[in-house]
Amino acid sequence: MALTLVFVEHHDGELQKGSLGVLGKAIALGGEVAGVVLGASQEVAAAAATYGAAVYACDDTALAAPLPQPRVDALEALVTETGAETVLFAASVLAADVAAGLAARLGAGLNWDLTDLRLEGGDLVGTRPALGDTVVVDVAWKGTPRIGLVRAGTFEPAEPTGGAEVRPFASAFQDFSSQAQLIERTHEESSGPSIEDADVIVAGGRGLGRAENFSLCEALAKTLGGAVAATRAVVDAGWYPYSAQVGQTGKSVSPRLYIACGISGAIQHKVGMQSSGTIVAINKDPNAPIFDFADLGVVGDVEQILPKLTELLQARGA
Amino acid sequence: MKVAVCVKHVPDATAQKRLDPTSFCLDRSGEGALNATDLNAIEEALRIKDAHGGEVVVVTLGPAKAADSLRKALAMGADRSILVTDDAAAGSDLLATTSVLAKVLEREAPDLTLFGQASSDGDGAVLWAAVADRLRRPLISQVATLRVEPAAVTGKRQTEFGYDTITAALPAVVAVSDAINEPRYPSLKGIMGAKSKPQEVLSLADLALDAGESGDAGSRTQVVAAAPPAPKAGRVRIDDDGSAAEKIVAYLAERKLA
Ligand SMILES: Cc1cc2nc3c(=O)[nH]c(=O)nc-3n(C[C@H](O)[C@H](O)[C@H](O)COP(=O)(O)OP(=O)(O)OC[C@H]3O[C@@H](n4cnc5c(N)ncnc54)[C@H](O)[C@@H]3O)c2cc1C
Ligand SMILES: Nc1ncnc2c1ncn2[C@@H]1O[C@H](COP(=O)(O)O)[C@@H](O)[C@H]1O
Repeated sequence: MALTLVFVEHHDGELQKGSLGVLGKAIALGGEVAGVVLGASQEVAAAAATYGAAVYACDDTALAAPLPQPRVDALEALVTETGAETVLFAASVLAADVAAGLAARLGAGLNWDLTDLRLEGGDLVGTRPALGDTVVVDVAWKGTPRIGLVRAGTFEPAEPTGGAEVRPFASAFQDFSSQAQLIERTHEESSGPSIEDADVIVAGGRGLGRAENFSLCEALAKTLGGAVAATRAVVDAGWYPYSAQVGQTGKSVSPRLYIACGISGAIQHKVGMQSSGTIVAINKDPNAPIFDFADLGVVGDVEQILPKLTELLQARGA
Repeated sequence: MKVAVCVKHVPDATAQKRLDPTSFCLDRSGEGALNATDLNAIEEALRIKDAHGGEVVVVTLGPAKAADSLRKALAMGADRSILVTDDAAAGSDLLATTSVLAKVLEREAPDLTLFGQASSDGDGAVLWAAVADRLRRPLISQVATLRVEPAAVTGKRQTEFGYDTITAALPAVVAVSDAINEPRYPSLKGIMGAKSKPQEVLSLADLALDAGESGDAGSRTQVVAAAPPAPKAGRVRIDDDGSAAEKIVAYLAERKLA
């Protein structure tokens, strides 16, 4: 099989586990595989090359900020130079935009949300849960190059094995690719107990109606000796801190009990909490996707149910 | 300022979504609705128009019935709509959809093109990046707060590591998050007025697109098999009749979770 490239993402010098997991999967499928590290130091590229494959590296200053469009230019150059037939990504905010931009640039097919990859008669086939995970489909590509975006958290990285070659490469950059500029990064420090260690999590979403109603989740969490978590929608809206967010761009948790209050159950939230022991969902919409994967689904109003639930549990404890 | 908003007509949330057993394409014959998170993009466009003047154009590629969703956008306050509909465009994947939308957007040449967070049926949350590349315009995605100036946009967005603030010169492409605003409901006056707003309907030929650039022929991916996921045993469902709290306690107690 011809060359497969895997986009290896890094942040502040740290290689991202998800992309190393995809690299490991590509190596396991066989054929020639190489990682691609863009906009990082020699050391970061060398570290990536300890995971069982050679690494192509471009450290042009155009790639300094974690923005997608210059990365499309660099990958286009590399695919053209190497004749790579497949380019794989682990889903992230950055990688999704790079993968789709590259698909348009190369006139290539993009399959996303892949939860497995296999070869069938020499052809790559992906598994993708579709329609809110209600059906599982097999997806393929017509012709090459093929571009695949793997669902967050799908493959665990292998242990590093020893150094492989780092191959520096150069790229030209389009004028429009550098028009978007990163002007500020804020890294919010978490305070309070980490939700990752909690045995019980009470999570709130936009269905709480307003920021103040997070007190309902806090009271229930306190009664159960648990922690409070939130969806991106309410974190983006400033109702609750980023450090408490569960999901693709937040934390991954697996408590014994996860109580989702006013949460629709979007895939990007689900990927962060689906391995919880028991999932209880309270949502007033009987068609909410969260009922497709909750163990106990309660169709009702969180403002009515939560105070009563806390009161009853307090009475039991007393 | 001219703002274009790309929106999608998706199966209604209450409808049972299903794949056609032979083509594995989504069955779009049932009830449809305007994709929920695209309402945020329309709302943001209307606010930009309030602040800067200009016009809001909504654009979609979809079945003829997608006109209903466009009319909702017009009722919210958009000025005109463009529907690209063609039998030959059915089953378009990301690449084929990109070719069509880019063609319309090139013709319209808006200062700003907005996208919603994700389509509820495709759930790729990727289309904007392909369209921006085709248009050769700067891109800012997942934007939770947007500031628009006469010649530039600045967006704040969440990543896996915190928040990034990104700025770009206009014309630009921006995809918004569902937290950016609270979409308005169409007023009765808006609903009545929508009917008389310009609603353009285009075929692929009108856009001088080859059949090979759209639909199945323009697609580079395909679904080759479909199976329902294994059902998860032991699910319990309660409809609250006032006793839900008691039932939750009993459920938790039985499993020694409380
Ligand atoms: C790249 C990317 C990354 C993302 N990362 C994340 C992530 O890390 N974490 C995350 O959570 N999301 C993430 N998202 C966003 C995700 O797709 C959803 O938009 C988000 O999870 C929705 O949050 P929500 O459930 O609070 O809001 P909504 O989807 O608006 O759902 C609110 C729910 O509350 C219900 N409700 C309303 N009122 C009541 C009431 N009184 N009582 C009971 N129920 C009520 C409604 O029926 C609805 O189902 C990401 C999206 C993208 C594109
Ligand atoms: N057929 C379409 N026509 C116009 N806009 C679309 C279409 N499909 C998706 N979009 C837009 O692209 C966004 C992301 O869609 P997706 O990548 O399918 O999740 C949606 O929120 C819409 O703004």
